[in-house]
Amino acid sequence: MHNVIIDGQSIEVEKGTTILKACEQLGIEIPTLCHLEHLAPEGSCRMCVVEVEGVQNLQISCATPCWDGMVVTTMNDRIRTFRSMIVELLLAHHDVDCFNCSAVGDCKLYQYAMEYGVEESRFDHIKKVPVKDESSDFFNYDPSKCILCRRCVRTCNELQSNGTLSLKKRGGDTFVSLPFDKLFKDSNCVSCGNCVSVCPTGALTTKASKTYRSWEVTRTRTTCSYCGVGCQMDLLVKNDKVVGVEPADGAPNKNLLCVKGKFAYNFINSPDRLTTPLIRKDGVLTPASWDEALDFVADNIKKVKDESGPDALAGFASGRVSNEDNYVFMKMMRSIGTNNVDHCARV
Amino acid sequence: MAGLATTLGSGAMTNAIGELLGAEVILIFGSNPTEAHPVIGAQIRQARKRGAKLIVVDPRVIDLAHEAEIHLKVKPGTNVALLNALMNVIITEDLLDKEYVENRTEGFDELWSVVKGYTPEKVGPICNLDPEDIKAVARLYASGDPASIVYCLGVTEHSTGTTGVMSIANLALLCGNVGKVSGGVNPLRGQNNVQGACDMGAMPTDFSGYQKVANPEVIAKFEKAWGVELSNKPGLTSPQVFDAIAEGDIRFLYIMGENPMVTDPNLHFVEEMLKKVEFLVVQDIFLNETTELADVVLPATCFAEKEGTFTNTERRVQRIRKAVSAPGESRHDWEIVSQVMERLGLKNNFTSAKEVMDEVASLTPSYGGYSYERLDREQPQWPCPDKDHPGTPTLHVGKFARGERAIFKPSEYKPSAELPTEDFPLILSTGRMLYHYHSTTMTGRTEGIMNIAGEAYVEISPEDAIKAGIADGDRVKVSSPRGEIEATARVTEKLSKGVIYMPMHWPDGAVNWLTSSHVDPITHTPEYKVCAAKVAKA
Ligand code: SF4
Ligand code: SF4
Ligand code: FES
Repeated sequence: MHNVIIDGQSIEVEKGTTILKACEQLGIEIPTLCHLEHLAPEGSCRMCVVEVEGVQNLQISCATPCWDGMVVTTMNDRIRTFRSMIVELLLAHHDVDCFNCSAVGDCKLYQYAMEYGVEESRFDHIKKVPVKDESSDFFNYDPSKCILCRRCVRTCNELQSNGTLSLKKRGGDTFVSLPFDKLFKDSNCVSCGNCVSVCPTGALTTKASKTYRSWEVTRTRTTCSYCGVGCQMDLLVKNDKVVGVEPADGAPNKNLLCVKGKFAYNFINSPDRLTTPLIRKDGVLTPASWDEALDFVADNIKKVKDESGPDALAGFASGRVSNEDNYVFMKMMRSIGTNNVDHCARV
Repeated sequence: MAGLATTLGSGAMTNAIGELLGAEVILIFGSNPTEAHPVIGAQIRQARKRGAKLIVVDPRVIDLAHEAEIHLKVKPGTNVALLNALMNVIITEDLLDKEYVENRTEGFDELWSVVKGYTPEKVGPICNLDPEDIKAVARLYASGDPASIVYCLGVTEHSTGTTGVMSIANLALLCGNVGKVSGGVNPLRGQNNVQGACDMGAMPTDFSGYQKVANPEVIAKFEKAWGVELSNKPGLTSPQVFDAIAEGDIRFLYIMGENPMVTDPNLHFVEEMLKKVEFLVVQDIFLNETTELADVVLPATCFAEKEGTFTNTERRVQRIRKAVSAPGESRHDWEIVSQVMERLGLKNNFTSAKEVMDEVASLTPSYGGYSYERLDREQPQWPCPDKDHPGTPTLHVGKFARGERAIFKPSEYKPSAELPTEDFPLILSTGRMLYHYHSTTMTGRTEGIMNIAGEAYVEISPEDAIKAGIADGDRVKVSSPRGEIEATARVTEKLSKGVIYMPMHWPDGAVNWLTSSHVDPITHTPEYKVCAAKVAKA
């Protein structure tokens, strides 16, 4: 264990813990742009710098491990000036048409520009970047908003392990591109959206994000309802409608999702959802009240049980509904007096 | 999953998903994780980047096959022969973990007496494989310390599924990989909560937590807790229920949250039986092919509208939470069922999902440590018997669920129940694809998904395509002894001659009009992976 003092607070951390992690444990917020959980530190944006006593240069907290007796300062004039210069440099390469950007409210660059009082950039450089790629069914790519943090590239290559994205240099300009300059829709991209979820600016945004601003949505942590991996995710809700999904750092998925979990949520708000019980009358399913429908079901259970015994009834529960639903269902079937309860198709 | 329960004492994934990152060798057997379990697929690729060697056994060239050291393009339906041959090589070449076999298993002599007949030279032609490749896979798997086996429906969806699973367990035991971190035998469950449905006792033989109906103590415990009289006669599995409807023995069927009219095999028979049963209740979130046959349809809520839990494929219990209001008058599944129970004079007094979980915990030893308060903080894997228990990432460490020792249960290879004939010369195998989930009732409502994957297709090898005069993109008729459907042909090197492949998802072109009713005699899992078929231009 190492003893470290950060902004006057002392903390014991395990060997190998970075300054950033130690700060997290103390609840001290450090701005980061390129840092990503579950990946080796990238250490390229330098936004996360702090001052370490006895060391001349500012240190990047995301990649510098603590040592015993280390004394760290996370904010002073020198750090503030350094960070605001970084923001300024990034803004020089960034198309600051924020009104038209769907990342507004979610954009780290915007947030840090506000925090560090950067209103415009003294640096001037018009980046020559490829045109927007809006070919994906699910998201858009606007290279003019890219700050080259490489979060998307590393996510696609090292976590999703799909190898679709890379950095490319042309003239003096670097940008994120796909092999052979393909469009997303023509590439090997599997539309997992994980690159979009990690983009700190408006360079990669879901198509749906145009319909909400981040301050308009509430987030609810839940479990994906598609496959057995059980990815953890947040449902973004605006006006009682699910408008988006963000991956969460759950044990099974560690911030990843697939195309189903990330994008296939439209069924929830579908106008085709069943909204009332239906009873077949003269061959046609006809709306009925709950009392009518439940009585009808219960009466038929009683009738069949009285006439033919409980084993003339059977029920299929489901691998799609919750544990609680399945438990109560099997309790009902067995309480009726039969063990004819299974889940369907056994797949 | 009965196969694993017999050999090891538990039918679930033995290890945590995250443990794959520590494996030296990962044997992917009849599973296509990058499509069916994409986020596990991504983690297998991460493991490979860290140096894990991959082996793929699959009739198709799945994506991961390109990244594997060896891909065995095994003929569908011959898994048991292959597994026996792998064990034959491991024993003959003395690559087994002798100490482990000695101390932690029983039945080795029986195993040898069966697998000794399965030399790679003999098995090669049965599986359509080069004997040298079989040897190479055996050596590579045996060299992994630890080595993990990941398998899926390509093993279980056969009439010989249970023997396939037991043979996989034999292989893992032989090399000492069970009860080891990053090793194990890891079935990937398909539906989001099929593990939970089994855990909760949605099975004719077991109450929640695999407590047996046949055990009088179990019956006494639940009778006392529920205040009712219970039957100790094991019930019918879903395929048996359809047979019992045919016999007139089942008159009432209640289906909650399933669409057997797309997902069950041999849809003609299923349709006939759902029509025949006197009273059919279907509880779901959409109208679908099954509700069309129902007498009563009850509108349920979906995962985004309710509190509850799902148990994932690695036995981890995780919460779902209400994010939006339920549409119209729809109600939660457990609520509807409770209301039916009330009308039958069966009281259970549940007023929330949380209370249901409390009862589950009180009556289910492996779930004893769960409560919503705890699950908000952490999501341990079962068995988690009490509130201080940390949960169990790796099963069978030091001791097996079935007792001190695991047992080798060797099986002889038996051909699939339905083999190609002169009229139906091809083997049809079914599966799942990335963009869809079961029947398309949920995924089909996202436009982008339908743009990418909107219609049924059949994959066919270039040889068979030429023979049938079919070109890539042609509309074709695929038929089996049970029926005929239309689909678009995709001519691909992914398949060997003699095998065609169709994803199961789309209601029009639903491949289960073709699949057979043959089931595994123990688990009653349908043989989705093999039936006889032919293809012709439409
Ligand atoms: S969506 Fe997924 S596969 Fe496609 S580029 Fe992004 S991370 Fe890579
Ligand atoms: S996000 Fe994809 S991989 Fe994860 S649980 Fe959902 S369907 Fe499965
Ligand atoms: S976050 Fe530390 S260098 Fe980018």
